[in-house]
Amino acid sequence: MAHPGKGKPPRVGDNPVFRRTLLAFVLVLVALMIVAPLVVIAVEAFSRGVGYFAASIADPDTRHAILLTVVTALIAVPVNTAFGVAAAWAITKHDFRGKRLLTVVIELPFSVSPIVAGVSYLFVYGLQGLFGPALQSAEIKILFALPGIVLASMFVTAPFVARELIPLMQAQGRDLEEAATSLGASGWRTFVSVTLPNIKWALLYGVVLCNSRVMGEFGAVSVVSGNIRGQTNTLPLHIELLYHDYNAAGSFAAASILAGLAIVTLIAKVALERQGAGRVQRPSQLAGADSITPEVKP
Amino acid sequence: MRRRVLPGLPLALGITLVYVAIIVVLPLAALVFKAASLGPEDYWRIVSSDRAVASYRVTVLCALAATAFNLVFGLSLAWVLVRYRFPGRRLVDALVDLPFALPTAVAGIALTTLFATNGWFGGPLSLLGIKVAYTPLGIMVAMSFTSIPFIVRTVQPVLEELDPALEEAGQTLGASDLSIFTGVILPLLAPALLAGVSLSFARSLGEFGAIIFIAGNQPFSTEITALLAFIRLEEYDYPASAAIASVMLLTAFVMLAVTNLMQARALRYTARG
Repeated sequence: MAHPGKGKPPRVGDNPVFRRTLLAFVLVLVALMIVAPLVVIAVEAFSRGVGYFAASIADPDTRHAILLTVVTALIAVPVNTAFGVAAAWAITKHDFRGKRLLTVVIELPFSVSPIVAGVSYLFVYGLQGLFGPALQSAEIKILFALPGIVLASMFVTAPFVARELIPLMQAQGRDLEEAATSLGASGWRTFVSVTLPNIKWALLYGVVLCNSRVMGEFGAVSVVSGNIRGQTNTLPLHIELLYHDYNAAGSFAAASILAGLAIVTLIAKVALERQGAGRVQRPSQLAGADSITPEVKP
Repeated sequence: MRRRVLPGLPLALGITLVYVAIIVVLPLAALVFKAASLGPEDYWRIVSSDRAVASYRVTVLCALAATAFNLVFGLSLAWVLVRYRFPGRRLVDALVDLPFALPTAVAGIALTTLFATNGWFGGPLSLLGIKVAYTPLGIMVAMSFTSIPFIVRTVQPVLEELDPALEEAGQTLGASDLSIFTGVILPLLAPALLAGVSLSFARSLGEFGAIIFIAGNQPFSTEITALLAFIRLEEYDYPASAAIASVMLLTAFVMLAVTNLMQARALRYTARG
């Protein structure tokens, strides 16, 4: 990184007037567009006083929404993490045909609108969908219930862990693992004591981002949940419901929980980036699917 | 090349394929199947209906405007973060990711409250005769907010690795800062900028949560395509919902191809060595 330090010749854009103008332009826009929404959440949440805020959070429907969101994350995030690790292990430590296609498919949910995801799930498990009639006669409820919410959350976050691990494990190569197995270590032991220590920060980084997205997902979940108050309302859906009930203070009180989660996520992100997660792999992360084309096989 | 084959491929690949098949491929295939079962005439009638076309227009135009704004704001933000040292730089750098971390519904109600005519920004703006909430301008604001990190985060690393010697060469030749920027720096940033722009545009096309609160959602004027697919669903018009969602899916595939192309080009410039 080049620092425009003292004694060095001025670089392009270092003209004091230009510098101050651009800095002011950017900082004002950051304040208006990024900081102000955060401040307005806090102000509105407490607009009717601390007592009302506490009562809004303690409301049974809100508590149920929080519980449902936490339960969803407790299922979706670990399953997604296991998938992400398995996908990264298969893609970076082995050679097989169709690797590029697999990578593209894993990254697909990142490009698909959450609404499209929700609608798609309806055509699998809904009454008018592929398995709907069979599920109904077996009395298995997937849509408008927890399983649907979990499945939709898994769709939107499918790439989160894998895309942090793949570029990193690609860059680390296979030498260490090959050495471990040639010394007689089992595959599992190799993963736990050789691979895992090298990827732990990136893994945690992916988990943090995945969790943040699962807890905050709105579009996909709103299609598959049915929005039943006190039953299938996750926290983001509950926020919408309160907002349309003209209970702005209650809605912002619930929103402040998720805003708090967002701030915790950002702090964790910065801390993990200090450990080398995320940021170092940015150029390869940039490449998306094309970064997963390692040794060219003749 | 000799390669010792590492263990675990059948298990790892098995888990991956089953997960991807159930979670990603099956639902999208079901959507395509449902849309295809409509038959070409019905399909075309739905996706080319006046209301659907109006929703494409609103979505695409607002996404273009939001992306254009983000191009200027994102480039300036990345420039300031990389080139200038000022108090609070790290805080601003961390805050750039807030739109990704903040749930879209939360962003939606916060932006609506700010820009409503009795809000902090909406009040003063309405005195100037500018209405933001419940107009296409509101859709643009929500789209800009949710997609700003893309451009900053794609341009930032390229800007960091820019060789100062290139600028110095221009300076010793007596070129002005502006002509060095447009003639030397901008062409080097262009691939990353384009990659960021296509990511930002694609995200804006699919955004739902942040927009529906601020948009007003009037058919033909402030109704985005994602909302129309949702409304058709609530009306139990499943074929129409499938058809409109399939248009969005197709657009997402096209944007994915464009984005990958842009990113592959950007990477050629970023790749070290």
